Amino acid sequence: MGAHHKVSVDKEERYEFTAAAKKRILTWMGVGIVMTVIGIAMLALGIGEGKHEAAGAGHGAATHASATENHSTANAHSEANGTKTEAHTGAEHADVKADAHGATAHAEAGHATDAHAEKGHAAAAEHGGGHHEFHWTTRLWADLWHNAVFFTGIAIIGVFFVAVQYLAYAGWSAGIKRVPEAFGMFLPIGAGIMLVVFGLGHHDLFHWTHEGITDPTAANYDKIIAGKSWYLNLPFYLTRMVAFFGLWMLYYSIIRKNSLAEDLEGGTARWKKLVYFSSGFIVIFAVSSSMAAWDWVMSIDPHWFSTLFGWYTFASWHVSGLACITLTVILLKERGYLKHVNMSTVHDLGKFMFAFSVFWAYLWTSQFLLYYYANIPEEVIYYIERRDGFDGKYTALFFLNVIINFAFPFLFLMTRDSKRQIIFLKIAAIAILAGHWLDFYLMIMPGVTKGNSGFGFLEFGLVLTFVCLFIYVISNTLSKQRLTAINHPMLEESLHHDI
Amino acid sequence: MSATTSTNYLVGVFEDDDVLMNAVRKVREQGVKIYECFTPFPIHGMEDAMGIKRSRLPRAAFMFGATGTTFAITMITLMMGFDWPMNIGGKPFAAPPVYIPVTFELTVLFAALGMVGTFLVVSGLGPGSNKLVLDPRFSDDKFIMAIDLGSNKNLDPAKITELLKSLGASEVNTKEVSE
Repeated sequence: MGAHHKVSVDKEERYEFTAAAKKRILTWMGVGIVMTVIGIAMLALGIGEGKHEAAGAGHGAATHASATENHSTANAHSEANGTKTEAHTGAEHADVKADAHGATAHAEAGHATDAHAEKGHAAAAEHGGGHHEFHWTTRLWADLWHNAVFFTGIAIIGVFFVAVQYLAYAGWSAGIKRVPEAFGMFLPIGAGIMLVVFGLGHHDLFHWTHEGITDPTAANYDKIIAGKSWYLNLPFYLTRMVAFFGLWMLYYSIIRKNSLAEDLEGGTARWKKLVYFSSGFIVIFAVSSSMAAWDWVMSIDPHWFSTLFGWYTFASWHVSGLACITLTVILLKERGYLKHVNMSTVHDLGKFMFAFSVFWAYLWTSQFLLYYYANIPEEVIYYIERRDGFDGKYTALFFLNVIINFAFPFLFLMTRDSKRQIIFLKIAAIAILAGHWLDFYLMIMPGVTKGNSGFGFLEFGLVLTFVCLFIYVISNTLSKQRLTAINHPMLEESLHHDI
Repeated sequence: MSATTSTNYLVGVFEDDDVLMNAVRKVREQGVKIYECFTPFPIHGMEDAMGIKRSRLPRAAFMFGATGTTFAITMITLMMGFDWPMNIGGKPFAAPPVYIPVTFELTVLFAALGMVGTFLVVSGLGPGSNKLVLDPRFSDDKFIMAIDLGSNKNLDPAKITELLKSLGASEVNTKEVSE
């Protein structure tokens, strides 16, 4: 409003995905794949693995020791001696545990024998072989799962963003709508990768999928997992996974179809339809995103649970998605596309990144603080593993997570000017994307690989592959249709967006 | 025995926000200095059109917020760490994670109250202040542009009146305000 000069939209503007750009992305993807293969070869041959080489027994002992130590820290004990702490812990929590949690209390508090059985590091007999020591494939599955969950999350957040704009009757975003809309095209690929990785790697990724774990007569019987087996069982889990992807892709295809039809038809009929379907999608996504977070991330630590974990994961996905939208929009603008998108719109995207970084920090704190205060062993183990477990393997990452995902964007994007400078937004968006990738790393790795994760050829290769794949799919989608929803009823409003 | 001073204002009344905004631009192009615009609702882009500099309120807000943060951290450390140490769940007496909620709340409180206070002081809107209302209809449906003739001495008031009319003003009144 207000501006009296006319802003024109290039109605036929399309992203030109040149052969050179394709070649460049595919070359980098090739580099990523080669790095991944080198990483796999190194792991398989045992090159550069370092510390945890000490074989099965040694590793089991190490885990046990660190868990015990952590527990003593949490309870503000100073005893360094393992046995002593153990005795103390047992006594202190005897009443809290009662009988129902007896077995777990022992295991999770780091009790010697049970902890071994629990963590699957005990003698081969316990699990009928195959789990007596860490196998490198676990790390491969964990890395694949981590990237697949992260990038699929960004894809679905693109659809969610579009739906939110329709539900809120938002006008400001009409000019950039096609960018988040394109993210949805990655959904089928992400879903495919996740289903394949789950199919091949579920035994390594999810402890609750083990044979006999719900059978009271089996050696590895786990009372707590058995209690959750009505929800955590393979058929139901797979049904949910397929249903979520199915629903998300169904709604995405409806939104996409109507949005493209609007370009040709004009009028407000399609817009009304889009509001209707977006509302439906948001109701479904509210439930399914939480459940997906429990299934895909939280069930890696099947004894542990957090009631706001769904929201926490959603917040991480959402802010990554917003950073990705911002980054795509400014990269397109830098290349001369989307000239009609003014700096006020970009400013608003920056505000979104800022706001949802704070939102993520709010949920991080809410989740952490309750466990910190209550200090109940089976709950606090999640944070102990991450803050100082596994000989402090994740300590730096644990604090870096809060700094890069909260302190940095909070201070960096605080002023108005910073949200109007392309270079500031670029730095912030890349930091947020890297930061939340690490956030997911921290959610998944300690649970799956314990202390055996790492940052090597495999990790960097895989993330490079995924980034290139994602960029390729998005660029390809953007090149297929108009870059602007030319008949969006609020396009004119977005052109004059002024804040 | 001081002589009463008075200021003469030229009050242009407009019927539409877009017309007013356009008039503001054109009037300033002619070198006329605008005293103030009064409108029933905030108009996006009006600050730019009137050439008003950006507010420094956000900086004040940041300083107030930082004060709140410092105050909260100091207060909790002194209370929990020194004045009345209590063993809560075996945590250290002054444990940073438990600072978070109070620090957050006090930061927001200080920033919010500080901003309101600063705004009132800077705008001269304290209790008992009596602001100039050149045309009360601006709180209903009229858009008012006020021009202080004292600061436009080099221009002929009749010419300005004509200019306002040509830019869409429905009426142009002269108002004398004694101080």
